[in-house]
Amino acid sequence: MSITVQSISKSFGTAPALHDVTFEVPAGSLMALLGPSGGGKSTILRIIAGLEEPDSGTIAIDGEEVTHLPARTRGIGFCFQHYAPFRHMTVWENVAFGLKVRHRPKAEIAERVSELLELVRLDGFSRRYPAQLSGGQRQRMALARALAVQPRVLLLDEPFGALDAQVRKELRTWLRELHERVQVTTVLVTHDQEEAMEVADRIAVVRDGRLEQVGTPAECYDHPASEFVLTFLGPATRLDGSWVRPHDLVVTREALPGSHRGRIERIVRLGFEVRLEVLLEDGTDTWVQLARRSYDALGAEVGDEVHVHVGVGRRTWPVGEETDPQGQSLVGVPPAP
Amino acid sequence: MKARRLALRWGLRLFCLAYVGFLVGVPAGSVVWRALSPGFSSAWNAVTTPAAIHAFVLTLESAALAVALNTVFGVGMALLLARRRFPGASLLEALVDLPLSLSPVVVGLGLVLLWSSREGWAGPWLAARCIEVICACPGIVIASAFVSLPYVVREVLPVLQEVGDEQEQAAETLGAGALTTFWRITLPTIRWGLAYGVLLTTARILGEFGAMSVVSGDIVSRTQTFTQFVSDSFTNFDPAGAYAGALLLGLLSVAVLAALSFSRSREARIR
Repeated sequence: MSITVQSISKSFGTAPALHDVTFEVPAGSLMALLGPSGGGKSTILRIIAGLEEPDSGTIAIDGEEVTHLPARTRGIGFCFQHYAPFRHMTVWENVAFGLKVRHRPKAEIAERVSELLELVRLDGFSRRYPAQLSGGQRQRMALARALAVQPRVLLLDEPFGALDAQVRKELRTWLRELHERVQVTTVLVTHDQEEAMEVADRIAVVRDGRLEQVGTPAECYDHPASEFVLTFLGPATRLDGSWVRPHDLVVTREALPGSHRGRIERIVRLGFEVRLEVLLEDGTDTWVQLARRSYDALGAEVGDEVHVHVGVGRRTWPVGEETDPQGQSLVGVPPAP
Repeated sequence: MKARRLALRWGLRLFCLAYVGFLVGVPAGSVVWRALSPGFSSAWNAVTTPAAIHAFVLTLESAALAVALNTVFGVGMALLLARRRFPGASLLEALVDLPLSLSPVVVGLGLVLLWSSREGWAGPWLAARCIEVICACPGIVIASAFVSLPYVVREVLPVLQEVGDEQEQAAETLGAGALTTFWRITLPTIRWGLAYGVLLTTARILGEFGAMSVVSGDIVSRTQTFTQFVSDSFTNFDPAGAYAGALLLGLLSVAVLAALSFSRSREARIR
């Protein structure tokens, strides 16, 4: 079931929250709304769900306009950032809630609930209360509860935001697997670019209530539509007045045509990755991301003189101006299909 | 140093015990003693006269009605204040609290001004339709509801604010209508706060005297409430009735207190 968001605008009081947001989520795909907090991503999600009404624009699910339908008739599953578990109900009752209010037969409810609890690996916890679960377990219970009613679309607000790093990574992989199995159109909100790139088929980058870019993770990373997307989606550093990805820089001992001389200020070893902070002759602070092997081959120490250039075929983007070297405008690049 | 601290600690404890003891314990104890010293049967006889039974039943009935009214109103008001933003909300909240600081006598006089069948604003209209408010049951219920208005709101509102509306929204996204959401999500969430508020309301109404003395008319076996029965027995040189009645009121408070502490502990356990 596809979702079509068409020219949505919304303001809270006098503060505008969303300006003319338009995008589409293809049926069965997983889309991430990515951006800094307070940028309006959650508002978009709540408007799709029917928990907020837009000032203008329309929402369609599977081609059917739902803009003015109440949330309960839209056929959505929604997971809140803090899961919103029903505290006075057991895990089993939480998951069964949506089916009970739909007056499904008891046998069907029992079957569906145990099936879902197995899917989210909570079988054996069915008689516990939410207060007796860990954060990750509560998150999975909320997912099972949302999936129980067989929603047309699944909406997740910062699904891993309140979890610690280790559990987060596990759940990310698990969510991706779950999505492959359940195949329900999913939109998730996150401020973590790594999470968005790992989980989502497509990313919509949102800032200050505007859509900056929509595309696959690779498109957004390699062809950012704006300086903001470039710097938000991955590491970026400067060389010769341009933005460049630090892993696209090459460091050599000898001067090469087009290279810049500098001195190593600091070396940070992060296991596989090594970061060299280099002060260039023209006063620019830049940094280079190297694989451990390349660093060992270079054999440089702090204080050594090195030469830095952009790798063959690697892209750079001008700083401050929103046009790319090919003369193509960076802003307003149409979202890739 | 250690000895001084120990002395201070014991001194404080003794002071607190003595303060509460003289203020509450001794008077309450003397009432029990005075009520029961002529023997249990004479105390029992004193509170089972037709007048006493009538006053007792009238108090319980009007309390039940007023509690029911304020429970429905209190939950509705708390929901309104917690879930909706509207102009005048803070004024409304202040008005709800007014009965806490207003003397019950003033409440009684205000009710007389509004409802009195002769000079009230709304009273004559009702009197023409054979409905008496002042010196009748409706007045007692209205006065009871007035003085106990804030308690349910004050107990339920903070619970609603603390819990937030996410659970209700979750229920909505799962297909529940407003009514289902209220019965299955909101009510179970506030139940212990609500129970506490209802008990406080009940206790307040059972003990109300000031507003009743203005509004009820104090007609024996017709509009005399139980606190008035106790007070009248005392001033009419019937100490047996006064103390036995006071003991009965006291026992009711103890029952309410026990229920209060139970609901408090349940509430603490849920959170």
